Amino acid sequence: MSQQLSHLKRLEAEAIHIFREVAASFEKPVMLYSIGKDSSVLLHLAIKAFYPAKPPFPFLHVDTTWKFREMIQFRDDTAKRLGIDLIVHINQEGVAQGINPFDHGSNTHTHIMKTASLRQALDKYGFDAAFGGARRDEEKSRAKERIFSFRDAQHGWDPKNQRPEMWKIYNTRVAKGESIRVFPISNWTELDIWQYILLEDIPIVPLYFAKKRPVVERDGMLIMKDDDRMSLNPGEATSDQMVRFRTLGCYPLTGAIESNADTLEAIVSEMLIARTSERQGRLIDRDEAGSMEKKKREGYF
Amino acid sequence: MNSLDTPAALKSFLAEQEQKTLLRFLTCGSVDDGKSTLIGRLLFDTKLIYEDQLAALENESRKWGTVGEDIDLALLVDGLEAEREQGITIDVAYRFFSTSRRKFIVADTPGHEQYTRNMATGASTADLAVVLVDARKGLLTQTRRHTFIASLLGIRHIIVAINKIDLVNYDRTIFEKIDEDFRAMSADMGFSSITPIPLSARFGDNVTAPSPNMEWYNGPTLLGHLETVEFEDERLDSPFRFPVQYVLRPDLNFRGFAGTLAAGTVKPGDPVVVAKSGKLSTVKRIVTMDGDLDQAVEGQAVTLVLEDEIEVSRGNMLVAPEDRPEVADQFAANIVWFSEDAMLPGRQFIMRTETDRATVSVNDLRHRIDVNSFAHEAAKSLELNEVGYCHLSAQSPIAFDPYSNNRATGAFILIDRLTNATVGAGMIVHALRRASNVHWQALDVDKKTRADQKGQKAAVLWFTGLSGSGKSTIANLLEKKLLAEGRHSCILDGDNVRHGLNRDLGFTDEDRVENIRRVGEVSKLMVEAGLITLVSFISPFQAERQLVRDMLDEGEFVEVFVDTPFEDCAKRDPKGLYAKALRGEIKNFTGVDSPYEAPTAPDIHLQTSGQSPEEILDVLEGALRAKGIL
Repeated sequence: MSQQLSHLKRLEAEAIHIFREVAASFEKPVMLYSIGKDSSVLLHLAIKAFYPAKPPFPFLHVDTTWKFREMIQFRDDTAKRLGIDLIVHINQEGVAQGINPFDHGSNTHTHIMKTASLRQALDKYGFDAAFGGARRDEEKSRAKERIFSFRDAQHGWDPKNQRPEMWKIYNTRVAKGESIRVFPISNWTELDIWQYILLEDIPIVPLYFAKKRPVVERDGMLIMKDDDRMSLNPGEATSDQMVRFRTLGCYPLTGAIESNADTLEAIVSEMLIARTSERQGRLIDRDEAGSMEKKKREGYF
Repeated sequence: MNSLDTPAALKSFLAEQEQKTLLRFLTCGSVDDGKSTLIGRLLFDTKLIYEDQLAALENESRKWGTVGEDIDLALLVDGLEAEREQGITIDVAYRFFSTSRRKFIVADTPGHEQYTRNMATGASTADLAVVLVDARKGLLTQTRRHTFIASLLGIRHIIVAINKIDLVNYDRTIFEKIDEDFRAMSADMGFSSITPIPLSARFGDNVTAPSPNMEWYNGPTLLGHLETVEFEDERLDSPFRFPVQYVLRPDLNFRGFAGTLAAGTVKPGDPVVVAKSGKLSTVKRIVTMDGDLDQAVEGQAVTLVLEDEIEVSRGNMLVAPEDRPEVADQFAANIVWFSEDAMLPGRQFIMRTETDRATVSVNDLRHRIDVNSFAHEAAKSLELNEVGYCHLSAQSPIAFDPYSNNRATGAFILIDRLTNATVGAGMIVHALRRASNVHWQALDVDKKTRADQKGQKAAVLWFTGLSGSGKSTIANLLEKKLLAEGRHSCILDGDNVRHGLNRDLGFTDEDRVENIRRVGEVSKLMVEAGLITLVSFISPFQAERQLVRDMLDEGEFVEVFVDTPFEDCAKRDPKGLYAKALRGEIKNFTGVDSPYEAPTAPDIHLQTSGQSPEEILDVLEGALRAKGIL
């Protein structure tokens, strides 16, 4: 009995197994690195899976140009510290059109700068498998998705016709142009992620820790004014408040929570008594039930 | 929860978290038996539902709900638009919750028959099945089907959740009748535990807390049983299995085999055997980024470094020497069919095990299993969602255990070669005939040792050319020379072999191919014996000469083209065969009415026109010395 692996060790082993399967079976894998805590855990697991060798694939960040500045700093420091091959892709057509979340709304912005941009990058480099840090507990359509999620040549997901996924035997075969999105931490919960970060001492973006930050209340969310591209509406004013972020995305679309949790232990403790889910801070999922499913059919992660 | 505010309390909470084990289970049963509601209830009662999710749920209950004013808990788990619209579960959904003792991964699987393959997906990774039965309806076709598939997929622990007990006035006799029926139905399914629980998913009776409505029931609550059932010790006690996934070779000094233990435990110093080759070595290190381990157990993903430089690649397995898996290319298996296109015996598929792959064909569908009566029926094909017992043969041997001994090393999937769709899942029952229990013996004396003993390099000198070109004459001269030099050799001559080993073969294209294949196998054995083997065969087809080359190791096959023009051969005609063939008295004669495909790039090219046999021998000898054969 005492020899049984703990649940975190089993989850870790499952993820490592998946990384190795992809490296052994695909011509050109890539790992999507989105800088958040889930990506930090995913990156850590990728390094573990191939130790003492380096992960045999590059890392890709799809930059919407609206990420928090601290995220970009953290990204560049991390790539340097670990000596990994990091590709940064920006949808230059979107930049030329001046796409931004304020004038075009969250849907258009996310579609052009994230979904379409990701498709651009995958096509440009010809990646046939892409790791992502999505978890099944995040959202209802994710709960239905396979670990190896088949995408057609247009990167679309067909939820009604998924490949049966038996045991730990993954069907890794794709025709030219088709690809697989791979989610090694599918079975992790938000609590698992934080416990693992604590246990393994994994570096994360400082935005997760509470600190006085300039925020403005808008649409019921606390938005941090991260740079001068965000202008205030009449009647709005920023104030310095003790806040932190449960998830990280584009700063104009990511709500902060009031918190004093400035250590990992305090974050875990706060999480245990939390009464709202983490994606509540994401404007993009809110529009309607099924909005994530719709985005995924279009090629969103 | 406030107690967690102190660092000490949090530390002990986290320590407790680290000791939690993981149980994967699935919920199944017929449509409308309340599976999704039950999971919704578990999530709700273990406080795994957040306020914003609850708010969204209230919205949707009004839109899609089927329970009037109440919150419809099923809507929590039916995540796809089509599912919410139709009010049914189409695909398996994975849900998570935990208590202070365990973390749970729940596969909520569909009840509708056309989605049975998604139920099998959920069952394949589960250690326990919660089979829901509507107390008003008793066992239904779907109940039987799902229970059978759970057993087929190796689930050993069953909870019979007798749901909607509130709708039958918490009647004990109904509960007992269903329990009895279930035990009778599943008597031959090999479950090690069957636990019946009367409950109401909608109102929460016996889900997480004992029900005040059923004083007669003294058994565990659903959650109570899930928290305490013992389920994985057998995997730890099984013999060591390590399917190799990936070979890590960051530099010349490190060669590690990465993989996940499929069974048993391993320690540095343990002897291990490579399943397919029988080569023996010892575990030197168990490498992880957290430092080397003293021991690794089932389920752990590690990298093994061995004491010896032996050949191991992806698809092979490192195993316990005293208890090895089967290595075979023919085996019997139960197959669940997933595709709209029926499975027809004779078709070829790509077979994937956890890390290996091979081309297989389903040779024989022995019988189909009726999932309602569990009877064996004769069948010519397997339709979508049907289960059959088949004989398969693979193009190369695979290492496996019977599925009943090990779910990780006894399972495979079948992939369509054109569409790449996963069309079936298989569970191996046993190996067939010749391959069974014959392990490759890695002998300490190998072909190199034998050749070294004779002071030579073993090789096959393959003389090809038209009949009467002088192949045998040159081969005989060379062998005399080799004997004089103290070499060990043997000649295989076409005419002689056809009098013995191959006397059942004629001269059709099929027989010529078989003729060469056999000679190839014999010359391979001779190379194993360390001999210089001289083969003198017309061997007219390029493909067969290539076949023999492929049987042997690099450099062992030396193709010698004895190039004598047709006219010279026909003129020389030592056996009078050309004269007969040209008169039409012999059919299929090479060069006359059967083709000769001259080698395009022979290792040695002997042009015989105008040369004496001794002159040709000098040329041949020189070429063999240049190649290091002599």
